[in-house]
Amino acid sequence: MAKLHFERPNIKKLNVGISNKFGSKTEFEPITEIDGVDIKELIVKYGSPLFIISEKTIRETYREAKQTFENRFPKVQFAWSYKTNYLDAVCKVFHQEGSWAEVVSRFEYEKALENGMPGNKIIFNGPDKTEDDLKIAIENKSFIHIDHFDELYSIMNLAEHLKKKPKVAIRVNMDTGVYPMWDRFGFNYENGEAWEAINKILMNDKLELIGLHTHIGTFMLSANAYHIAASKLADLAFHIKKKYNHTIQYIDMGGGFASKNTLKGAYLSGLDTSPTFNDYAEAISSALLNSEIPPDSLPMLILETGRALIDDAGSLAGTVIAIKKLSDGRRSTIVDFGVNILFTSFWYEHKVTPAQGFTQYSETSSMYGPLCMNIDVIRETITLPPLKKGDNLVVSRIGAYNMTQWMQFITLRPKVVMIDSNGITHIIRNNELLKDVKGLESVPEHLKKINK
Amino acid sequence: MKINKKIAVSESGFVFDSSTGDSFSVNPSGIEIINLVRENKAEDDIRKILLDKYEVSVPVLEKSLSEFLGSLRIAKIIED
Ligand SMILES: Cc1ncc(COP(=O)(O)O)c(C=O)c1O
Repeated sequence: MAKLHFERPNIKKLNVGISNKFGSKTEFEPITEIDGVDIKELIVKYGSPLFIISEKTIRETYREAKQTFENRFPKVQFAWSYKTNYLDAVCKVFHQEGSWAEVVSRFEYEKALENGMPGNKIIFNGPDKTEDDLKIAIENKSFIHIDHFDELYSIMNLAEHLKKKPKVAIRVNMDTGVYPMWDRFGFNYENGEAWEAINKILMNDKLELIGLHTHIGTFMLSANAYHIAASKLADLAFHIKKKYNHTIQYIDMGGGFASKNTLKGAYLSGLDTSPTFNDYAEAISSALLNSEIPPDSLPMLILETGRALIDDAGSLAGTVIAIKKLSDGRRSTIVDFGVNILFTSFWYEHKVTPAQGFTQYSETSSMYGPLCMNIDVIRETITLPPLKKGDNLVVSRIGAYNMTQWMQFITLRPKVVMIDSNGITHIIRNNELLKDVKGLESVPEHLKKINK
Repeated sequence: MKINKKIAVSESGFVFDSSTGDSFSVNPSGIEIINLVRENKAEDDIRKILLDKYEVSVPVLEKSLSEFLGSLRIAKIIED
């Protein structure tokens, strides 16, 4: 007969006044599989911790977002934000779905080219583009989003030398009623700087101003901020038409939609507080449709949505290393995934769920990662069933920013697998080996021997 | 090792100490252990019974059991 699952025995003193004799009940079911694939089998096969990406969830989320915007606006184009997750397999899913690429470095730009994106479907953002980067982008007819005047002058200069007319947009920052205001990227709307840049471009005719871009912030909990931002860009487009008889072909609203994660310190769950695609789509499309731009010259709407499109598709499976008691009697749970690979623990109260069945009994503990560093905290406090060494856990909604902002710190990074739409698992990034890290190092001759 | 006489244990995991008025909640594996202590089983016997029944390694069981029995002693639910 198969043996039963063992839950660590636990006793908890009840305080008078708490009516639930089991303490606060764990409200979720275990997560034993993703898209029909057993978590424990995945861990046995690929190791722990393990990043798991659901191709099905990426496609479903993308289609939902696209459909929601297309229901409200005639021309919509998504451009996948590489920095959010630039694993090739992930990018390819978005490209197959019709998404362009949005990149902010030469590294990302080349990744997009290698992923089969033609130059004219790559948006090149960011404050750091070298002359050489700009040259390549101009030759490939990519859309260069200008961040500052130094860049504007460089591009004008290059255009003259290359005898090409680069396709450009300017990034605009503005007050959308949200604090803090992001004003370090692009040209300011309120103080007239954005107009100054537009005038420079349109008066000298070396560049083709095809778009207007903004990215007002990230994890924006106010859909209305997008309404304000879209109205301001529409106003610029209208006045460009009026003054120069020049039509702006697209308005790019950037990224920033909140995912369903719960921000640290938030009282309510992100499931209840984050606006939906519907809310954002309504805010943006109503601003554009109600602007002074005539209906027959409405620009295309570009969206560089990152986290809201990929967070739900990513999970991190891991294992309990130890259960400890701290000096004041509090429990701590040590797990094999730390902030080195789960960077977003600094932002979110991540949802962590056991991967095996449990009783309704629960206890509160801290959850620490495996790093020998005080900063390695996954959750300050979390209420879970009593766990023991070897139990498995799943952290949900971690698809955004972890597989790009992770650090090779203290230890090597684990595998990433993708479960395809047919339930077949593929390794899409292998675990790092010592030789991968050491391969870049070299030791000067006089240090090779430690005994002189 | 035996159970303090003033302790009442319900099947659902509610433990009440009538001498102090303290109450505790205990999960099912914990109740099982308290009941084994009540049957006068020694720590070694309890370990064997649980190892036969559950999918758990010896070190994990030993650590969990000794920590749990320690908590029961601190709560004065068992005495030596
Ligand atoms: C220019 C630009 N576009 C898009 C994004 C994606 O943002 P998010 O993941 O918040 O949607 C970012 C993120 O920083 C960005 O800087």
